[in-house]
Amino acid sequence: MSAPADVITLPSPPSRAARRRAIRLGDIPIVPAAILIIIALVAIFADQLAPHDPEVGKLTARFKPPFWQSGGSTQYLLGTDQLGRDVLSRLIFGARVSMVVGIMAVIVAGVIGTALGILSGYLRGWVDQVIMRITDTWLALPALTFAIFLAAIVGPSMWNIVIILGVTYWTRYARVIRGEVLSLREREFVQLAVVAGCSKWTIMARHILPNVINSATVLGSLMLGVVIITEATLSFLGVGVPPPQPAWGLMLSDGKQGLMVGYWWLTVFPGCCIMLMVLSANLLGDWLRVKLDPQLRQL
Amino acid sequence: MAREPLLRLENLSTHYVSAQGTRVVRAVDEVSLSLNAGETLGIVGESGSGKSTLALTMLRVLPPAAHIVGGRILFEGEDLVAKSDGEMREIRGKRIAMILQDPMASLNPLFTIGNQVAEPIQIHEKTLRSAAWTRARELLKAVRIPSPETRVRQYPHEMSGGMRQRIVGAIGISCQPRLLIADEPTTSLDLTIQAQYLNLLRELQRAHGLALIFITHNLGIVAKMCDQLAVMYAGRVVESGSVSRIFNAPAHPYTRALLGSIPHMGDPQQRLTAIAGQPPDLAALPRGCSFAPRCPQAVDRCRAEAPPAFSIDDGRIARCWLAREVNRTTLAGAV
Repeated sequence: MSAPADVITLPSPPSRAARRRAIRLGDIPIVPAAILIIIALVAIFADQLAPHDPEVGKLTARFKPPFWQSGGSTQYLLGTDQLGRDVLSRLIFGARVSMVVGIMAVIVAGVIGTALGILSGYLRGWVDQVIMRITDTWLALPALTFAIFLAAIVGPSMWNIVIILGVTYWTRYARVIRGEVLSLREREFVQLAVVAGCSKWTIMARHILPNVINSATVLGSLMLGVVIITEATLSFLGVGVPPPQPAWGLMLSDGKQGLMVGYWWLTVFPGCCIMLMVLSANLLGDWLRVKLDPQLRQL
Repeated sequence: MAREPLLRLENLSTHYVSAQGTRVVRAVDEVSLSLNAGETLGIVGESGSGKSTLALTMLRVLPPAAHIVGGRILFEGEDLVAKSDGEMREIRGKRIAMILQDPMASLNPLFTIGNQVAEPIQIHEKTLRSAAWTRARELLKAVRIPSPETRVRQYPHEMSGGMRQRIVGAIGISCQPRLLIADEPTTSLDLTIQAQYLNLLRELQRAHGLALIFITHNLGIVAKMCDQLAVMYAGRVVESGSVSRIFNAPAHPYTRALLGSIPHMGDPQQRLTAIAGQPPDLAALPRGCSFAPRCPQAVDRCRAEAPPAFSIDDGRIARCWLAREVNRTTLAGAV
């Protein structure tokens, strides 16, 4: 019994294997989200978690290897550095620096960039010209060199780093937000607000700003990785968070001489921490971008 | 005897000037109109004839390239052209409100309905939030939104198109304006909702003593809704007067052509009539009457000299050299 020729065969549902293939790493934000949440919790409860004081070491216990290597002890799980400070405790407190600097710098950059982007896109005219030419100039400067230059002027401290990074990275927000505002200002609900007698400032604050918050959030999560890397770089170069405060970049810098003589734990652990955090931030940002804002996909 | 009309435009001109100042588009040119309180004025014309620019001019919300180059807008005896930006903001939304071309897109997707209906009340009447929200609920009831108590807390995407439309109407009348300008408010609606919405606007007009300005290219709507009519062509009002008179005896050849191009029911053999040619480039208008190149009755004088506004019979005005003559013959034919 054969089927008549005009029967339309429906496509069969995808097999289980095909469905499994369809789920890519970027679709599951659970792992990166979990890593970021753990780092955040570690940063918050650093005082309770750290087994030792991160800034004071025992000189009698210098260069202890991690506990599973010969000569290591469970007292210092991940070993000690050249001053006998516990690497694990320093990593735990370093998470605090990275989190605070990363998030605050993204917020500072976001506030500056979003505000200028909205002004530029909504007011147009000479305001737009001035802000966008400044943005162009800013973008032409190499970000890292510019950050080092600023750090050399204002001197090293954690909060200075926040401001430096904010001032360095606002341009991306300004560009993206301006583009969004340009299309928003032509939308009918903005026009209606104009004919209903709202002032420019009311329109920008009440009708434009809430509509660009999505894009700003996505951009912020993508910027988080960049900002954390830059913070580590600045600390590594000695113009970031000043010693003895524990920062991951600073730990890398301190440990690099030890690398040749086999003290690998001084650099590998902070390096892994930086990598994990940046990777998680980027994956989460990527996922958010696809979820929240399809317009930003080409960025 | 003649009471002062609510709105009177006197020789109002708005031109778009290009950045270099070399190209001047006369979007609105020497327009004079008047509208009494409680009446409805229809403004019709082809796309690009300056209808929307005229509406934006009345509210002084023109794009940066456009400038009011002359004339006066007398609204309740005050000249709006001379007002400062701050004074205009007080007027917009409070004394003159406007409904835009696409009311479906006129609501901010991120705020609740209540928020958006209450916003102009809070801005203009400086009332407390709670009072404004109470008023917003009343307004929703007035535009026949069922269960306004729950609707005020909902977002635009939870409403149907017709409801969003009525909400935009509610925003329009929220501060009890004297004049409501509706710029093609029904173009994005299907026909059944159009009729409902027009009825609603009429009711609101009666209940609040509103004067309405209806900008449209649908002559059916004009016939149904309007008392007065102004026909625009190439930035100018070519004919204005009462709707019944213009429909019965159009004085300007363009008006006649517009009325002639309405398709008729029940005659499948008849071809649709179109007006030959294209509207002129507003930056390079012909020397004489701007309709002359398309006008079937144009004489030499039309091509050489732009006609002034002739007043034909009571309150009716037409910019056509032939208007008086034509009018007499059509009236004779009608009698």
